[in-house]
Amino acid sequence: MGELVGNKHVEYILSVERRKDDFHSVLMDYLRMNGAYWGLTTLDLLGKLDTVNSEDVVSWIMTCQHESGGFAGNVGHDPHLLYTISAVQVLGLFDKLDVLDINKVTGYVTSLQKEDGSFSGDILGEVDTRFSYIAICCLSILKRLDSMDVEKAVKYILSCKNMDGGFGCIPGGESHAGQIFACVGALAITGSLHHIDKDLLGWWLCERQVKSGGFNGRPEKLPDVCYSWWVLSSLTMIDRVHWIDKEKLVKYILDCQDTENGGISDRPDDAVDVYHTYFGVAGLSLLEYPGVKAIDPAYALPVNVVDRIFFGRCST
Amino acid sequence: MASSKMGVEQRFVAALLGRSTEDELQYTEDLIGNNFSNYSAWHNRSMLLSEILKRKEQESSSQDIISKEYEFVLNALYTDPDDQSGWFYHLWLLDQTFKVKAPLLVSSWPVPGSELIVSGNVSPGDHPLTSFSEFTVALERFPVVLYFNQTVEGVNSSTVTIQCTFVQNEDVTWKPLSPQNSRASKVWVGYLDLSGVDHHSSAPHTIEVKLGHHQGINSSNGLQLSVPFDLSFTVSVKSLETQSSKDEKVAWEEDKFYACETHLQVAIPSLCYDGIAVENTYKPTTSDWQIETITEEISQIRNLLAISDSKIGKITLARLLMAHDAMSSPYATKTVHAEEVLGLYSELMKLDPSHSQYYKDERSLVLLQQLLSSRGMLLRHCFYYGGITSSSTHGPICLRLNNQSISRMGSFDKLLWVQMLDLSDNELHSIEGLEAMQLLHWLNLGRNKLRSFTALGPLRCLKSLKVLNISHNEIGLHSIDTTRYSCSASPLSHNGEIIWNGDEFSPENADVTNYWEAFMVFKSLELTQLDIVGNAVANEKFKSFLLKVLPKLQFLDGQNLH
Repeated sequence: MGELVGNKHVEYILSVERRKDDFHSVLMDYLRMNGAYWGLTTLDLLGKLDTVNSEDVVSWIMTCQHESGGFAGNVGHDPHLLYTISAVQVLGLFDKLDVLDINKVTGYVTSLQKEDGSFSGDILGEVDTRFSYIAICCLSILKRLDSMDVEKAVKYILSCKNMDGGFGCIPGGESHAGQIFACVGALAITGSLHHIDKDLLGWWLCERQVKSGGFNGRPEKLPDVCYSWWVLSSLTMIDRVHWIDKEKLVKYILDCQDTENGGISDRPDDAVDVYHTYFGVAGLSLLEYPGVKAIDPAYALPVNVVDRIFFGRCST
Repeated sequence: MASSKMGVEQRFVAALLGRSTEDELQYTEDLIGNNFSNYSAWHNRSMLLSEILKRKEQESSSQDIISKEYEFVLNALYTDPDDQSGWFYHLWLLDQTFKVKAPLLVSSWPVPGSELIVSGNVSPGDHPLTSFSEFTVALERFPVVLYFNQTVEGVNSSTVTIQCTFVQNEDVTWKPLSPQNSRASKVWVGYLDLSGVDHHSSAPHTIEVKLGHHQGINSSNGLQLSVPFDLSFTVSVKSLETQSSKDEKVAWEEDKFYACETHLQVAIPSLCYDGIAVENTYKPTTSDWQIETITEEISQIRNLLAISDSKIGKITLARLLMAHDAMSSPYATKTVHAEEVLGLYSELMKLDPSHSQYYKDERSLVLLQQLLSSRGMLLRHCFYYGGITSSSTHGPICLRLNNQSISRMGSFDKLLWVQMLDLSDNELHSIEGLEAMQLLHWLNLGRNKLRSFTALGPLRCLKSLKVLNISHNEIGLHSIDTTRYSCSASPLSHNGEIIWNGDEFSPENADVTNYWEAFMVFKSLELTQLDIVGNAVANEKFKSFLLKVLPKLQFLDGQNLH
């Protein structure tokens, strides 16, 4: 089997960061905040976060904050929960959460909670369990989880549980690995995992592994490296990850690398991008691949970062 | 992501247009007819069926609908047995067929009609010796354990009443046994304080436990426990001749265990669940329709498997056979199909090696059911520990399940009476469910695959545990902790128990931060003996940390500490 070309991936990510003006980057301009999270978390997992100037990143992040307290994908764009969580996570990586006005960010997040406990992504109102996860993850990192109605939030998430043990985006929505990660992560953070039928969901999730070793997101669909994160982290949180073939998944992820130019793609021989590079490396972290730092499956941040936030000091 | 919302939008539009649920059902049928592999269509069908079934007031019309659905899905399965979508729907139908309705009590400790001898003044290291005709428990507090068929809430001194001479019902506090600090649980315990009893009188006291007479115990979907259960048993409290073991450690060696079936035959019945009194208490609750349906489905799936070696077909058959066995009276020999099911899982491990750990876990659960299925089978695994010191007394009874390739524990409803358990030389990576074993005093988990202290979370609920062996596991070997969010006592837990009072994480207490998982588990236990050698975490620094957390420890890794 091949090996992880960590240094090439670091080079690739740094080059994307530099390439601000080309066509592709301009298209992706509005989600630069997410790109920052994917790229920088990957660098940290590979032990190379110090290759980036933290001050530059932190000051750019703060220019993306809106008066409502939420963060936009880039300067001049509108705020949304999707970018707010990435901003908070990146500040967590650099141990710079103290630059935030915690009340302001908390106020923005809680303003998006609805009567039934659900969350919309922004003031325009589309509701999705992904946003419930983001809100819970974000406020928990800021240690302000009690500022939202946690009980109602959990109740709403549980109302999205399906016959196969999985979760959808709204009540009645079909089970999908991405939504499952969001719901399981939210339930983990709020101490509510006992509401999940771990055997039923665990089996549905482990059946996402197809013959090639990769994971799909739902039955009969094609595998994609991003599911290595969403399915694997869900399985890890409910303690059923031993139900998959770890070696085969490692091989699949390694086969999705561009070993010459760096970066990871969704499937072997496709074009690479930062998104799949992050999910591939994060997946390898959960599989305990040597040389990759441990990642927390619920917060999607390195374990030492989560420990630093909750214990006030790094664990050895 | 778009198509996952399609079904919901479709129903919204249908509602607007005034289309009936039945029309919608026809629509999904058309979609499925075009392409059986349409997971979305099957999912929507299950949502629609749920709604229809909710509206049906008569049992028989629900049954008709479900029976028709079986025909419909079998048609799809015969057409393409390798496609997953139909199989998932079939499994959902099975769930609807055997949906556990009202909460019921399935097991308890003590078992109705048992006659127990309790030694209430035993210090932790002592091994009480008793005559062969008696079952003895050495306890500081007497637990009454209730095991239900599903997670329930509302067990308290109003919904469960205890009548006995030495305790007031109002003084009994009922707690759910859940490492997750949940208000609801499948297993509940209430403690009786023995200090008010005269130890010099060995007269038996009768204790009556009644539940189901008052509303209040209910499941998460609001169904009440309405079948009354009345259990009574007797307890004699006496000071026993004890083998003082201040200098004796427990050694889990072969020559320490004595089989003695004739004596065990007498002692075990009061623990065992195949007496007539027990039969009357725990009633079976399956209907003729359920039995017919499952028999029919078993036959259909067998036919299917004869023409196609479908993996999910085998999994479904295994589950059907186990469900069939579960339907017979709880205490009859329930494992008619166990051998066949064990065979199916062995085949599946070869057919689908990627998922072999899943099949292994399922296989372990079936194996345990088989091992505990009758008194005869059970006795083969029971031994007296420590031998026989005189012609009429003995040490505790140990249930030995070592070396059985068990990767997962189960059947806890049958294990509530166990005080000494040997699970060494297996493949356990989790002890989920073990919190139900409230009498556990001596436990051997050596040479398994436990990977973290958080995996030992269930032990925090075992207040009687004194001797623990977790040697030769994998604690400290892994960078990823798969039970990090499973225990409410974790400092990461949002609504968990508060055992951290803030000082713990100060710089002077670096060890607590570094070893917080171990601190969390051991702080709540008063162990006298611990074996941890053979785990990556067990270096000198860690061991000296342990000595601070476990002040009552007498033996660590075989070494006498005094």
